[in-house]
Amino acid sequence: MRRTFLLEIVMIAVAVAFLFPVYTLVSLSLKDPAQISQTPLALPNPPTLANFGKAWTAAALGPSLVNSTVITVVSLLALIALGSFAAYFLARVQTRLGYGLYILFLLGIVLPFQLGMIPLYELVTDLGLIGTHAGMILFYTGIQLPFTVFLYTGFIRALPRDYASAAQIDGASHLTAFTRVIFPLLRPITGTVLILNAVFIWNDFFTPLLYLGGSGFETVPVSVFAFVGQYVSDHGLVFAGLVLGALPIVLVFLALQRYVIKGFASGLKG
Amino acid sequence: MTSLTMRRRSAVSRRRRRFSAASPSWLFAAPALVVYALVVLYPAAAGVVYAFTDWSGIGQDMSFVGLANFGTLLHDEQAMGSIGNTLLLTVAIVAVQNGVGLLLALGVNAKLKSRALLRVIFFAPVVVSPVMVAFLWKYVYNPDPSAGLNGLLGLQVDWLGDPSVALWSIAGMVVWQYAGYSMVIFLAGLEGVPKELHEAAMIDGAGTFQRFRYVTWPLLAPAVTINLMLSTIGGLKLFDQIFAATNGGPGYATETLSTVLYKQAFVFGKFGYSTAIALVLALFVAAVSLIQVYYLRNREVTA
Repeated sequence: MRRTFLLEIVMIAVAVAFLFPVYTLVSLSLKDPAQISQTPLALPNPPTLANFGKAWTAAALGPSLVNSTVITVVSLLALIALGSFAAYFLARVQTRLGYGLYILFLLGIVLPFQLGMIPLYELVTDLGLIGTHAGMILFYTGIQLPFTVFLYTGFIRALPRDYASAAQIDGASHLTAFTRVIFPLLRPITGTVLILNAVFIWNDFFTPLLYLGGSGFETVPVSVFAFVGQYVSDHGLVFAGLVLGALPIVLVFLALQRYVIKGFASGLKG
Repeated sequence: MTSLTMRRRSAVSRRRRRFSAASPSWLFAAPALVVYALVVLYPAAAGVVYAFTDWSGIGQDMSFVGLANFGTLLHDEQAMGSIGNTLLLTVAIVAVQNGVGLLLALGVNAKLKSRALLRVIFFAPVVVSPVMVAFLWKYVYNPDPSAGLNGLLGLQVDWLGDPSVALWSIAGMVVWQYAGYSMVIFLAGLEGVPKELHEAAMIDGAGTFQRFRYVTWPLLAPAVTINLMLSTIGGLKLFDQIFAATNGGPGYATETLSTVLYKQAFVFGKFGYSTAIALVLALFVAAVSLIQVYYLRNREVTA
């Protein structure tokens, strides 16, 4: 009992130390420039909210939030649809070709995106999709499919075949059996797929910088990047921008944290 | 006899028919395959081709130069230095992130009152954009002795400005962001360790360390495999954090393969050379992943 108590004290101390950067972030965002230069470590006294209003307009966060939301939501829908269908085939097929196809999908997890970065940029330009939501959605769907297919395939393999067989004996086609019987059973892994991909897509920086920079359709990380570059010496303002930019995904995380942590773990266990 | 064989044959063919009915048409995979081929496979294959050309990125002027780009790489001190940096950074991240992640997992796996809250705290940085984390840490690491980490610890280190420290500072902020990720995977592994095994070991007189070494650790092997692979791939490909915090500096102290290939393409317009570096990076990642899968899978056991 005493050992558990000691461990608790130690872990709480570790957590407090771990939160130091977060304290810096929040306390600086609530300070005026004079406080930042004179008492950088102290609590904001008095705290000011002036930085937040200014950061919201200067970083054009409203439009970026809309762009990020549209791109993330549509990409997630496409990933779930395409990924689960493909995984159903890959998990059930027993031929060499099917296995080869599975390996081909897994290759995408290992390949660094930089290898295809330049040809893909040309391709997206040729399709007229530079500076559009559609280009980003196509990109995220393709780049995250390998991981999505990997998670779904592992999960479907562990499901008994009997469910689908029963439906098919009753006369259902593969398509009906999948959409009516199998897909609803995939809910836990679909949750994991949603969360993992949402975190990646929402936070991705480099590709939207390349594809959307200057288009007026920038996502949150790109807008925050440009904003930080512009006001680099005004730390209170910059940190208010960072707080606002990170807030949506952090709030979603806090609301869903039980499922997020469980989902991350069970998804990666495969 | 004949009738029996025939009956058996028809049973086999019936089973085959049922079998083929049980595996869905490849058309299920077709839409995903098309998008995947378009966005990942075709560009990667084209990238491999570009790696053997002198393409500048502008216009159609391009000729095949064989292995010349790789020869250039071997004599490019900055690029060769970046390979060293990439490997050092990856080793540091893999070792510390997983070490810290394991300790955190063991800590919050105990029956603490604050365990749920602690898990949330340690995991939260994972969901924040790496670029934003880098901007935050750029301030935490600022050289002013009264602010940030220096102010907290009473030090006067120029964390990102001193070439001998900068690479480790980058590793530090990456570990801060992703230790919670390793923790969660280890926690999933710890949940799979049966309590009875611990109780049996305790009855046999095993101490805390012995129980960890002989009961928990072998059963954690799958979590170790996944964690090592993910952190290695993540470390080798790391880009956003360096781009935002140091952009490869001071000098070339934090230059890695990803930052060098970015600069070769978008600053110097050497697209052929840049993709050659990307190909080297891809080969690194592939080789390390294969070796890890081979060695780590072999030592996995199940409860």
